[in-house]
Amino acid sequence: MTKENNPNQTWILLFFAWVVATIATLGSLFLSDVMMFPPCTLCWYQRIFMYPLAIIFLVGLIPYDRTVLRYAMPFVGFGWMFAVYHNLLQYNIIPETASPCSQGVPCSAKYMELFGFITIPMLSFITFSLLAVLLYIIKKRG
Amino acid sequence: MNQKKIIIYTTLGLLALFIIAGYVYKNQQTQALTHMAENKSELFERPYSWSIGPKDAKVHLVEFMDPACETCALFHPFVKDIMIKNEGKIRLTLRYAPFHDGADEVVKILEAARMQGKFIEALEMMFATQHYWASHHHAKPELLMEFLPKLGLDMEKLAKDMKDPMLDKMIAQDLADAKTLGASKTPGFFVNGKPLQTFGYDQLKELIYSEF
Repeated sequence: MTKENNPNQTWILLFFAWVVATIATLGSLFLSDVMMFPPCTLCWYQRIFMYPLAIIFLVGLIPYDRTVLRYAMPFVGFGWMFAVYHNLLQYNIIPETASPCSQGVPCSAKYMELFGFITIPMLSFITFSLLAVLLYIIKKRG
Repeated sequence: MNQKKIIIYTTLGLLALFIIAGYVYKNQQTQALTHMAENKSELFERPYSWSIGPKDAKVHLVEFMDPACETCALFHPFVKDIMIKNEGKIRLTLRYAPFHDGADEVVKILEAARMQGKFIEALEMMFATQHYWASHHHAKPELLMEFLPKLGLDMEKLAKDMKDPMLDKMIAQDLADAKTLGASKTPGFFVNGKPLQTFGYDQLKELIYSEF
């Protein structure tokens, strides 16, 4: 690994983070508005923290602005925490105490399991984790 | 390469992918449902299901509904109007999707009233008084009970009929069919197996008329 601080390299990493956030945004809209899976309350909280990232990263890309990290990190952090909590609920590690979420969709309901273990909250967790790693690398390189 | 260009192309690419995937998915769904309507018609109408209109009608309208659902109550006069205007051309089947809390008890009341030949009367009374017994998305069957004697129902028989275990099986079957067909919201309409893609009065009317 070269230790040089190539701004072009960090730009590509940020670009990648933006692509990830945009795919997550469009993907979740696909699930709710095309496949018609009603999102539960926790899904909404994760959406709240994911959707702005697709815009924030974009603003940081043209022209490249490293301070975008400062603004993006809280979103990734809070979103990640909701994703962890949601996964713990789905795998029954913590019980769901609250009453059913919006329109009778409990947050523990599973709509799909890709390859037997990837649920929608798992996808969210993977995405937020990936963004956290990318932002960390950009911070280190800068 | 120009960074701006990369971003513009990526955005366009992702959006195109989203639109194409949506189009393909909807098409597949419609095909699968039409296939089901032809080969698994029992999913849309069970022997016990309440239906009106000739069996060989050109259009079979299936509505998954919940007596406690406000939108179902709003749609009811509209559906009734279409049925009257096109008498003999449409067969309507009502299926239950009691998603609201306490709504399955209300469905049982309705079915018990049906046993006394007062299905439509009971349903219309439920819709008319819904704001009273089903406020805040929580159905209170005991409040609804106050109105029923006005229909001339034998309340003792009604209470007994409501306990029929067949009713539980029937509701479970309707919910299972709703799930298979992808009806996750009420009212959920199917016209000859085709789901109502975008929700609304005009869209439903268009879908029905396109089948004549």
